[in-house]
Amino acid sequence: MSGRLTAENFHLWYGENHALKGISLTVPEREVFALIGPSGCGKSTFLRSLNRMTDLVEGVKRKGRILLDGQDIYLPGIDVTRLRKRVGMVFQKPSPFPMSIYDNVAYGPRIHGVKARSQLDGLVEASLRAAALWGEVSDRLKKPALGLSGGQQQRLCIARALAVQPEVLLMDEPTSALDPLSTGKIEELILSLRSRYTVVIVTHNLGQAVKVSDQAAFFLDGTLVEWGPAPELFGMPKDRRTEDYITGRRSLDG
Amino acid sequence: MTAMMAILFYILLRGASKLRLSLLIGQPSPLKGEYGFLPGLVNTLYIVVLTLLAAVPVGIGAAVYLNEYVGRSGRPSRLVRLINLMVEALAGIPSIVYGLFGAVFFGEALRLGYSILTGSLTLSLMALPIIIRASQESLAAVPQCLREGALGCGASQWQMIWSVVLPCAKRGLLSSVLLAVGRIMGESAALLFTAGAAVNLPKNWLTHPLASGASLTVQMYLGVSSGKYIDEAFAAALALAAVLLGIYLLAGILGREDK
Amino acid sequence: MVKNILRSRGNLSRAERSRKFWDSFMYWCFSLCGLSAIAAVCGIAAYMVLAGTPAINEIGLFHFLLGSRWEPTAPQPAFGVLPMILTSVAGTALSVLASVLVGTLTAVFLEELAPNRLRQAAQATAALMAGLPSVVYGLVGATLLVPLVGKAENALFRGSSSHIFTGGANLLSASILLTVMILPTAIQVGGISLRAVPRELREASLALGADRTETAFKVLIPAARPGIVTGAVLGTGRAMGEAMAVMMVSGNAVNFPLPFHSVRFLTTGIVTEMGYSSGLHRKALFSIGLALFVWILATDLILEALVQREGGGQSA
Repeated sequence: MSGRLTAENFHLWYGENHALKGISLTVPEREVFALIGPSGCGKSTFLRSLNRMTDLVEGVKRKGRILLDGQDIYLPGIDVTRLRKRVGMVFQKPSPFPMSIYDNVAYGPRIHGVKARSQLDGLVEASLRAAALWGEVSDRLKKPALGLSGGQQQRLCIARALAVQPEVLLMDEPTSALDPLSTGKIEELILSLRSRYTVVIVTHNLGQAVKVSDQAAFFLDGTLVEWGPAPELFGMPKDRRTEDYITGRRSLDG
Repeated sequence: MTAMMAILFYILLRGASKLRLSLLIGQPSPLKGEYGFLPGLVNTLYIVVLTLLAAVPVGIGAAVYLNEYVGRSGRPSRLVRLINLMVEALAGIPSIVYGLFGAVFFGEALRLGYSILTGSLTLSLMALPIIIRASQESLAAVPQCLREGALGCGASQWQMIWSVVLPCAKRGLLSSVLLAVGRIMGESAALLFTAGAAVNLPKNWLTHPLASGASLTVQMYLGVSSGKYIDEAFAAALALAAVLLGIYLLAGILGREDK
Repeated sequence: MVKNILRSRGNLSRAERSRKFWDSFMYWCFSLCGLSAIAAVCGIAAYMVLAGTPAINEIGLFHFLLGSRWEPTAPQPAFGVLPMILTSVAGTALSVLASVLVGTLTAVFLEELAPNRLRQAAQATAALMAGLPSVVYGLVGATLLVPLVGKAENALFRGSSSHIFTGGANLLSASILLTVMILPTAIQVGGISLRAVPRELREASLALGADRTETAFKVLIPAARPGIVTGAVLGTGRAMGEAMAVMMVSGNAVNFPLPFHSVRFLTTGIVTEMGYSSGLHRKALFSIGLALFVWILATDLILEALVQREGGGQSA
């Protein structure tokens, strides 16, 4: 149990739309893996396939395998809630539940059956500390979470995901809705999470990918163009298309 | 437009002259020559509570089913279209037909007779489409990102619904219940052959649902058709209209705040 | 061991077991609730058919629907509901026509010409009026409308020896009352469909030099027609099914529908006689209910089919 993810020739269709075309890569444990590429390239879809959030969309078909520590997560009989407990997720838009800060963080442990007050208190404090939010909210845990600033809300969502004690944390453009100051804080936080969690992050922001990632993969039109250690991918990309994207020579966003 | 204003004004004018608290919470007593709407008021309360007990869980449950379990995206399936069609049909059936159905089904087949329970069960069918439609709207207004947040923490579908979706929609759900209350309070035709026309105070508070009892509106109708209590009926109509106005305003405010 | 860490089989914790149980239990509960609407309609249909057909079989469908005599308690009872059907049709048609006409014009006035304040006040009034109980309408009708119509009747038929005076409780009063009752809905639906007319259409017409009234009549009302038709069908259902209010103003004698005749609608026929009827008479009342039910269900289904077709046409 360490949180290593492997995709083997993974395809995904939304109805007729072939969104992922044979993705194969390995996310090593306890590293930050960045997925980059223009809008609509499939990187978010791939991220959501890693904890089966794509199941929610009707008319989804898939082929190939995704393995978590060697076990296929799409086999029949897999308990999706167990999977999501091990592979947590943070979304693009900060989306705290309309309840208190404490209840937001305690949400995950509670639904997984933790009832003891002392245990919950411990988890909430540890998660908020890990999300670098404890100092700012320790005196107002009972206040509504919606009263926090956008950056604080996003860190609260990270704390909420950490409280379930996952092994992998998926982040879907976690800073795209935030101001530069909050973005900086979250980037530092991601670096500090590396020692304990495998992190997969989708980002539009190349600077952010360079700053936080150990490994990176470049997606284009549903295919994986190349992947490898971040310094190599950003420093000397093997593929012409990756180089074009990184140097911004050609706008691929259209 | 003017006609509508005129009607409201007329009710206000004729109702206000006779409106006394003693009329609303008094009992009719032919011996003393007094009239009062207390029996109708009590029966209406019984009917509202019993009807909601039956209709609210089922109605909100159906809305949850339609909004959370089937057809969240893409084209609605055949089953969903059928359910929606049936909800429309329920909303269109006239109250007199509900009354006849209630009389033969709950009254005769289930042997509940002329009773407040029969009336309430009948009305709960009438309230169903109102609650389903309005609840569906408020559930649909819950942002999708909250659902994903809950599922992302490993919540099961039901845990997500119970801990996130329903609490977020609670104002809208309450508004849908209020709309149903308004409908129940104003109903008369469906109650005439189901809850009956007994204008009495409960003899036993617990077994009263099994007794026949005229609602406020039915008592008004009986009072008017006897030709004796027209002014009293106007006073009751004014009070009822004021209460309904309050209920609809509150429902409107609650329904809007969700969005 | 590692292999099974994601599987749901094998050693489940208590929390996981209870979660699994509740998840599937609640799924079944919600499914049942979802199916309740279908069950309700089917149940109502089944019982109405069950309770309504015996009398029709006994009387004969032809005699029942087309017989013109309704004398259920005579020594030789007759159960012809034609006068009531015609009354319901006439009363409904009159009131729907009137309310759609007035309602659409009011909606146009409110949406296009009236100041904001007035529009909001009118919309609030319409919302309240749409929710007012039928008994209240009946009360106002019986005390305000009936005497007025009675006066008109006296003036019109003064000296007539053949006219049976109704004192104002007649088809005309019932139709006027029904018009007022469905007017709020007509105004609301009309307003909604006018608001749905694309702004460009309005602006294009105004830019061509048409004034606001011309725009309203030549562009907006035709564009809002589907909505207005929906409103009319909704109003038809409401008017057909209304019982208590009509009961208090229509006179309740079984006659063919002429404006100053005391008349009995299908609905009021049921209300009037349900209390004391028995045997075939009572069964015949259920047959009337069945006829009403079938009629309204058919209108609803046709409307739904129309709406779905138009919706499909627009999205395509």
